[in-house]
Amino acid sequence: MSVDTNNKVLEVKNLKTYFFTDEGIVKAVDGVSFDLKFGETLGIVGETGSGKSVTALSILRLIQQPPGKIVDGEIIFDSKDLLKLNNNELRSYRGNKISMIFQDPMTSLNPVYTIGNQIMESLILHQKLDKKSAQKEAIKLLEMVGIAEAERRLSSYPHEFSGGMRQRVMIAMAIANQPDILIADEPTTALDVTIQAQILELIEELKYKTNSSIILITHDLGVVAKYAKRVMVMYAGRAVEYSTVDNIYYRAMHPYTMGLMNSITRLDKSKKSRLKPIEGSPPSLIDLPGGCTFKDRCVYSREECGRGIPPLVEVEDGHFVACFRVKEILKELGRT
Amino acid sequence: MNSNNLLEIKNLKKYFNLRSGLLFQRGSEIVKAVNDISFNIKEGETFGLVGESGCGKSTTVRVILRLTPPTGGSAIYNGENLFDLSSQEMFRRRREMQIIFQDPYASLSPRMTIGDIISEPLEIHEIGDKKSRMKRVKELLDTVGLNPEHINRYPHEFSGGQRQRVGVARALALTPKLLLCDEPVSALDVSVQAQILNLLADLQKEFNLTYLFIAHDLSVVKHVSDRIGVMYLGKIVEVADSVELYEKPLHPYTMGLLSAIPIPDPEMERKRKRMVLKGDVPSPINPPSGCSFHPRCPYAQDICKEKEPPLINYSKNGREHLAACHFAGKLD
Repeated sequence: MSVDTNNKVLEVKNLKTYFFTDEGIVKAVDGVSFDLKFGETLGIVGETGSGKSVTALSILRLIQQPPGKIVDGEIIFDSKDLLKLNNNELRSYRGNKISMIFQDPMTSLNPVYTIGNQIMESLILHQKLDKKSAQKEAIKLLEMVGIAEAERRLSSYPHEFSGGMRQRVMIAMAIANQPDILIADEPTTALDVTIQAQILELIEELKYKTNSSIILITHDLGVVAKYAKRVMVMYAGRAVEYSTVDNIYYRAMHPYTMGLMNSITRLDKSKKSRLKPIEGSPPSLIDLPGGCTFKDRCVYSREECGRGIPPLVEVEDGHFVACFRVKEILKELGRT
Repeated sequence: MNSNNLLEIKNLKKYFNLRSGLLFQRGSEIVKAVNDISFNIKEGETFGLVGESGCGKSTTVRVILRLTPPTGGSAIYNGENLFDLSSQEMFRRRREMQIIFQDPYASLSPRMTIGDIISEPLEIHEIGDKKSRMKRVKELLDTVGLNPEHINRYPHEFSGGQRQRVGVARALALTPKLLLCDEPVSALDVSVQAQILNLLADLQKEFNLTYLFIAHDLSVVKHVSDRIGVMYLGKIVEVADSVELYEKPLHPYTMGLLSAIPIPDPEMERKRKRMVLKGDVPSPINPPSGCSFHPRCPYAQDICKEKEPPLINYSKNGREHLAACHFAGKLD
């Protein structure tokens, strides 16, 4: 097992993934660092284009190159830097010790292979099972993810399944080799809410059964509140705040996180409570404003925010914030 | 009949014929996308329709505007049945009812400037001359929070939220009374969603608009609506005041739906008990017998498989709270 002394199963340091396009360099992920502790669920939240999915794809080096490239950083797993491995070495991790559940179950399964074939593929590849025992194992997996008549379903094709069931198949594939880390990239965004609840409960249950740790990527702040233990909030390719779920929801310090919390519609709030949106829209990642990328939408911004990129610093124990003015803002809000 | 109802939908039906194969037609199957629904919208209120994909909520909007012909029922707007009007009369009536679409990327023509897009309804209905129309467009841009100087820009120069503002301005151009909003914010990020929801709330106050607001996200619908109708497989299963619907849901599907939506509050989520609905939404081609929700319902009894429950009022406080469940009010 890859549990080292300080309990970290994964450590990402200063990850930079850029896309080199005709219009210019898109800094999709620009210096992101975080770690994943054994058995926890880490939530990565952010809006479209904040770099959360690219972060996930970078961990498994699934960035299409060109145009994309991981230009800097380290991804430490099992005391090795995944970014330094050759393709063969990497393949022994990918889908094996680290696996991924993608957003869209409609497009991430191969339509011309049976479900059974697709699940067995990784079992045969990584566990070197023969076809017969792989088949047995695949049935077990399908049962684990709650698919009825698993044996018969093995010979079904993806189009014969509903969206929720396809996502269950994706999950069966992801846990086939008892991974240490499961990366779930918007696993329920394409699904209806009642199905979303089923899938999220399933992922949570399997986390305990397989002893894995989860990186849960989503734009849904409700989902994060329910499942994550710690949260990293991303904005325009950078982490702006990183702490425990309670700190993020009850004691947010970065103006973006505070703005996000004020702009969500909540079931438990009535019509009378007016939303407080963040003005403007996220910047284009091609020509990012110099300095803090949030400064143009920030109600607290001052001239100094344009000077350099604010580093992610530990403002309180275990509470990291990337804002030059965080101390002044907290004072202004009477929170110190 | 209530006189302050702006729109009354009665027994609305929309069926689609599905034919399988061109040469060997194996009998036609019928999808009952909207299967006998009734509701009304009072003047100045927001009525929300919520449901999962395929429940028929978008079809309802399209049928009301006669963008697709109804199979049965009536839509009484200001005392007259829209379905009885000739197409010319309907054309004139549409000035009073406009629609805002879900996808601000697909619903604006990329080849037209936003000025042309917003003035198009005015042109079609032959209102004003070119000069006065441009003046009106500039006013509208200002109303929805866009810079009137951007009148000659194209949609691709705007962000998703700004485009949706263009969509709102276009819908307002004819000073409608009724706005049908079909998932107007579901393509937008949360921080931008809030901007559009606030804009819609402001416009409602300013112009005394009536909204039919459709979305799959119950927390959004609850935020904007005075009353909410919950749809499941082409039927309305519950209608209530939005606060009451959240606090005292009567239909098990509504309960499941509410419980499935996580609240962005970790402490509350830890305490909350969840009711996770099992199974998938059945195909509307062959809906289950009796109450169409019974295969997923944790409370289902024999009667639910046999008899379809009528939508009846269970309210004790004089306000309407309708539910279609044999055991409404007896579940706990």
